[in-house]
Amino acid sequence: MSAPLIELRNVDKVFSNGTVALKRLSLAVGAHEFVSLLGPSGCGKSTALRLIAGLGAVSAGRINWAGRPDPAAAARRDIGFVFQEPTLMPWATVFKNVYLPLRLSRRRKSEVGDRVLDAIAKVGLSGFEDAYPRELSGGMKMRVSIARALVTEPKVLLMDEPFAALDEITRFKLNNDLLELWQDQSWTVIFVTHSVYESVYLSNRIVVMAARPGRVVADMDVAAPYPRGEDYRTSEPYNHYCGQVSNRLHEAMGQ
Amino acid sequence: MTGERELDEPLPIQSGPGTGMRVARVALPLLVGAVSLFLWDLVVRVNEIPHYILPGPLLVLDTLISDWHTLYPSLLVTLQITFMALSVATAGGVFLAILFTQSRWLELTFFPYAVILQVTPIISIAPLILIYVDNTYVALLICAWIVAFFPILSNTTLGLNSADHNLINLFQLYGASRWQTLWYLRLPSAMPYFLGGLKIAGGLSLIGAIVAEFAAGTAGAETGLAYRILEAGYRLNIPRMFAALIMISGTGIIIFLLFSMLAHLVLRKWHESAVKREN
Repeated sequence: MSAPLIELRNVDKVFSNGTVALKRLSLAVGAHEFVSLLGPSGCGKSTALRLIAGLGAVSAGRINWAGRPDPAAAARRDIGFVFQEPTLMPWATVFKNVYLPLRLSRRRKSEVGDRVLDAIAKVGLSGFEDAYPRELSGGMKMRVSIARALVTEPKVLLMDEPFAALDEITRFKLNNDLLELWQDQSWTVIFVTHSVYESVYLSNRIVVMAARPGRVVADMDVAAPYPRGEDYRTSEPYNHYCGQVSNRLHEAMGQ
Repeated sequence: MTGERELDEPLPIQSGPGTGMRVARVALPLLVGAVSLFLWDLVVRVNEIPHYILPGPLLVLDTLISDWHTLYPSLLVTLQITFMALSVATAGGVFLAILFTQSRWLELTFFPYAVILQVTPIISIAPLILIYVDNTYVALLICAWIVAFFPILSNTTLGLNSADHNLINLFQLYGASRWQTLWYLRLPSAMPYFLGGLKIAGGLSLIGAIVAEFAAGTAGAETGLAYRILEAGYRLNIPRMFAALIMISGTGIIIFLLFSMLAHLVLRKWHESAVKREN
């Protein structure tokens, strides 16, 4: 692993009501990694992701970006964030929703229109530019949300249980599309999930977290090669990793 | 006047039979209206009630037509006060709501006074306003404004504060300025709430205008519809009282329909309240 792109050092997060969400969390993520943060609810995995994105301040410790402290506003432009819900503006069309990040950085539509269309095409929604979110299925809304994260051409993609609310068939399809995009774009992805299977399928590294207080209990590599397809889901290594990760997760929850 | 439900909103039962229901929705109220008018006419005729006690519906219609030249200018006066008050209430309410969401302190300081303004019955402050404000027209405007202002302010404030929390985070993430967040996120989020407030305020500003005209009574140089009712009452011209009353109700209904239609046009693309669903 090269010098870490994102580094959390002994990060504590205590909410104003006294809840200790994270306790001395340390984590280093290198460029082009696909890291899953896996753990039971309440283990602080979403909190960690939000802190990395600069949404909220750490209570103690520090977050370094390529060796520099804290994501400055400029560095944050390099982040794409995908929430658990599609989080689209219901009054805006698909095009305008995807255009939003560029609009906020005062780029003209005439100047970046093609980039918006390109991002929409990448997630397979060409032809739906003028549709409103309510006209789309849950999976399609999630695709719009991903296109919006892509449009700024970020280096880092932060995803907070993005597919948790989708049915399994849609989820598998989106998993495959995400992996393809990841290989194309050479992103770094940090992916929060509570699904062992999803994490083993997608990532090349899995960080298992435990709750109360939120902390890292295991850090494992998934050495299976990419591209991974549906064959991988039924393969021996996949089962092996799933078993291994499940065991660590159970240990984490038993503690 | 304060009905929340839009007239053009499909009722849940409508998804079944379709056109039959749609016809019934217009036909049934019309039928009730026709029967009532007929009974009214019948009672007046059979009992030979004199017109200075209760005029029949046909006489009221007659009066409405024959007195149109007196009533119509009064309608214009009332309408002018209503819409002027509503415009000022809308501009002021939205402006103050934006200020409130930009500064918690302002909201904490001034919202209680907005509530006090709202809960004090207009009929009890109107005489005072008429005493202290020399210009009767301005006094009437102020009265109508007071009642129309609050629904706009409270609804818009609620709407501006109901923007999706994750979307607010997303705007933060992309370094959006306060104005960008207001313009691209908070104002569109507030739109359904604002339009709901506008629908209520439209009716209320008419009521405020009429109440204030009553309070001003014959002292007012302006001659709105309420003044016509008072005047006709002194002269025992009961048919004209009815005619003016019908004009007021009709105006209220038209204002309500107007704003319902506006809300539908603005929201039909995206908001649940205006979207037709097929089940």
